[in-house]
Amino acid sequence: MPEPITIRVKRFDPDTDAESYWQDYTFEPPSDDSTLLDCINHIKWFMDGTLTYRMSCRSAICGSCAMRVNGGGQLVCNSQYRDHLDKDNTITVEPAGNMPVVKDLVTDATGFWEKIRAVDPYIKTDAAREAEGEHLMSPEDFSMIDDASTCIMCGACYSECTSYEIDKNFLGPAALAKAQRVVHDTRDETQSERLAQLSEYGGMWDCAHCFACVQACPKPVNPLYRIVDLRNEAHKQGFHDNNGSRHARGFVDIVEESGWLDEAKLPMKSVGSLKEFVTDLSPMGVRMGLKNKFRPNPMHLLPGRHHPPVPKMNEVKRIIDKTKSAAEPKDKD
Amino acid sequence: MIEHDVVIVGAGLAGQSAALAAIAGGAKDVAILSKVHPVRSHSGAAQGGIAASLGNADEDSVEMHDYDTVKGGDFLADQDASLILAESAPETIYALEHMGVVFSRTEDGKIAQRPFGGHSSPRACFAADRTGHAVLHGLFEQVVKHDVKIYSEWYMLSLIVHDNRCHGIVVMNIDSGEIDVIKAKAVMFGTGGYGRIFLTTTNAFASTGDGAIISYRAGVPLEDTEFMQFHPTGLYRHGILASEGARGEGAYLINGKGERFMERYAAGMMELAPRDIVSRAEQTEIDEGRGGEEDGDAVYLDLRHLGRDLIMERLPQIWQISRDFQGIDMVHEPIPIQPTAHYSMGGVPTNVAGEVVYDEEENVLAGYYAAGECACVSTHGANRLGTNSLLEACVYGDRAGRSIAKYLNGGYEDKPASPQVFSDAVAQATERANRVRAMDGPETLGDIRNDLKQAMTTKCGVYRSEEPLAELVGELRDFRGRYERAGISDRSRRFNTEFFEAVELDHMIELAEVMAAGALERQESRGGHSRRDFPTRDDENFLKHTLAHRTEDGTPDLTYKPVKIIRHEPVERKY
Repeated sequence: MPEPITIRVKRFDPDTDAESYWQDYTFEPPSDDSTLLDCINHIKWFMDGTLTYRMSCRSAICGSCAMRVNGGGQLVCNSQYRDHLDKDNTITVEPAGNMPVVKDLVTDATGFWEKIRAVDPYIKTDAAREAEGEHLMSPEDFSMIDDASTCIMCGACYSECTSYEIDKNFLGPAALAKAQRVVHDTRDETQSERLAQLSEYGGMWDCAHCFACVQACPKPVNPLYRIVDLRNEAHKQGFHDNNGSRHARGFVDIVEESGWLDEAKLPMKSVGSLKEFVTDLSPMGVRMGLKNKFRPNPMHLLPGRHHPPVPKMNEVKRIIDKTKSAAEPKDKD
Repeated sequence: MIEHDVVIVGAGLAGQSAALAAIAGGAKDVAILSKVHPVRSHSGAAQGGIAASLGNADEDSVEMHDYDTVKGGDFLADQDASLILAESAPETIYALEHMGVVFSRTEDGKIAQRPFGGHSSPRACFAADRTGHAVLHGLFEQVVKHDVKIYSEWYMLSLIVHDNRCHGIVVMNIDSGEIDVIKAKAVMFGTGGYGRIFLTTTNAFASTGDGAIISYRAGVPLEDTEFMQFHPTGLYRHGILASEGARGEGAYLINGKGERFMERYAAGMMELAPRDIVSRAEQTEIDEGRGGEEDGDAVYLDLRHLGRDLIMERLPQIWQISRDFQGIDMVHEPIPIQPTAHYSMGGVPTNVAGEVVYDEEENVLAGYYAAGECACVSTHGANRLGTNSLLEACVYGDRAGRSIAKYLNGGYEDKPASPQVFSDAVAQATERANRVRAMDGPETLGDIRNDLKQAMTTKCGVYRSEEPLAELVGELRDFRGRYERAGISDRSRRFNTEFFEAVELDHMIELAEVMAAGALERQESRGGHSRRDFPTRDDENFLKHTLAHRTEDGTPDLTYKPVKIIRHEPVERKY
């Protein structure tokens, strides 16, 4: 028999509880190789029928059972409880983040689905030009949408997204991965419109690359990498007139100058105009200065180099050139 | 009271196909209701493929697909239905491809196809090993595009039938626990199967046969429920599906001694014989002591000779599943598997238009439609071929949707039922809900459910015979009694999942009763129903469909209806 374990569950029923509370369940798991879901089911079926959560397929394809385990978003069906035990033989389970709680581990995913809907998550083709049989799609083109199309919409990434947490306008990782799946589907005929829309505020450039979504994703979607796919495509197609694109290109320009990242220059490069620098960024700069987040140096407002170049500047240049040529769009017949 | 022209219950491939077809046919007010969010539907768990004679990999034809389906079904399939299935397959796949479903591709850009059990040509179109998921999400994209009204996480409690017509359903909003009526001119069921009545099953926890039993309780018989498909490759003890696509790509089945045992059972098609034959072969190996693992209850799926590259390209999901659930890397080790309850060939009887028929003469119950696993048209007969289920759900879901559109445009007579009919239905459902919420006996639902699954697996599993089945029929009456003495602890209204588990268990017990009764009466072996005491097919006495009707005291009464034999006379089935 397996040793007893404790599962500590964050519980809440808005009809009876003023606030959430922790409840510990200590028991012997059904077997050595039980999944975490098997253990939670054991609690519900044999210890406490009031424990509430969603689950269905128990094979990581329906996406029902995303929640937080030991502080991180994931499915509970696709790993064994043993993988999650801390040194006290305890596992902590909470509802998914970034969503209101309905009851115990059940959250209201309305906001998540609204984001998905916002990217027009379907192929747009001109029906009049419809093929007789199937549209042809090369295995290479298929491979561009292969990973994104494995998404099961479980919301584990959305639960952990730090950019969404601070700005509810951000589309979030799942919706952007879905967007990448339609942008790179060769059947879709609205790629430019989509890329333009996704370049706006709240879109592909508002991700802060924290990798929380990649860590949470139970499938090969890895949303951050899909966001990078989108950015590369946007650059290739010349969607440069936005802060995100300017920021990325400015970053390269600055490093090219001296081998250093001169952060004082980056804000100006990113906003693109003195007017926006003054109206949008300066107030934040003042606030950051007051909180000692940085020490303003008026010299940094002057044009020109602020740092002596790094030694072996020619190597930096070579790396940048090589990367640039690798990212050049390939000729298509 | 909520009102829609059309309400579709279940949002898998059948339900969503029906909704889209009804809208395409002119229906203006279509709603889909599901106890889980549409993309959580169990169609998404289908892995290996969806059949169509596109001929992208080798020569193929509609006629071959039709014959393979009939033969695979051990000649119990209705041949009007099987021909429509095969004929509609190519246009259905192209329609899915046009709407945006993601498919794996051949080098020249066409939809890739691979071999599958019982199919005489490589006919399975696929998206790696997540084909059901690809089609489910592709259909959902269209449902979003057309802004179809969705009642997500609403549970159906009963079907309202009055004066030989269907008038709507009684529902509960899972979030609030409130009961309401959805009044509709047409109701369509795509509510899925009931593999959950067995111990080891590929089916999701949601596959409890709610639709089938709600239909049965509304006075419609259930057809051919004794035909249960056991999938040859469910993960040992877990039951999670490991796609037949693995064998389609060339994987072997080996027993505990490392022998490729299929040589003894189907020397021609080997591992790619139909599922009923392969599952029986596995069970025989296990029963005769040639199984593997501690208790000898497993055989093995061996992919080692396929190599890492092919496994990662074509079967990445099952590689991940066996690593996550069994801790095995299938590139280097065979994975333990066992016959696992997978698919219900039987269900709510329909004609080829997707209309529900309620008697031996196939009279239509106006305004009521069904398709997919919950239905029995019957294109799968006694045993379904792999990749025909996704196809059937799309083809017959689509046909049901078109029939609904036509019905709204012409056949529908505006004779609404009296308000009394609806208030009675609500009163009845409310009384039942209150009864469930008040259950306070000593028996626990978890124990009853486990015992039920154990009994069904031992006595109504891959092999069956008279004595255990007769015992089972008696035991199931005791289960009914135990259920009455059970207790629940969650009496709240908000998102009360224990309440729904109790309602589902009630449905499962009744389904088990219907299945056991059909299995006991069918004294022959055919497809997914295999009797040790009657080991051969008996066309003289049993080339017919079972219809189980619910009687006053809740027990099933069995009648039979003929099989539609049109082109293919039954012959001995060899592979």
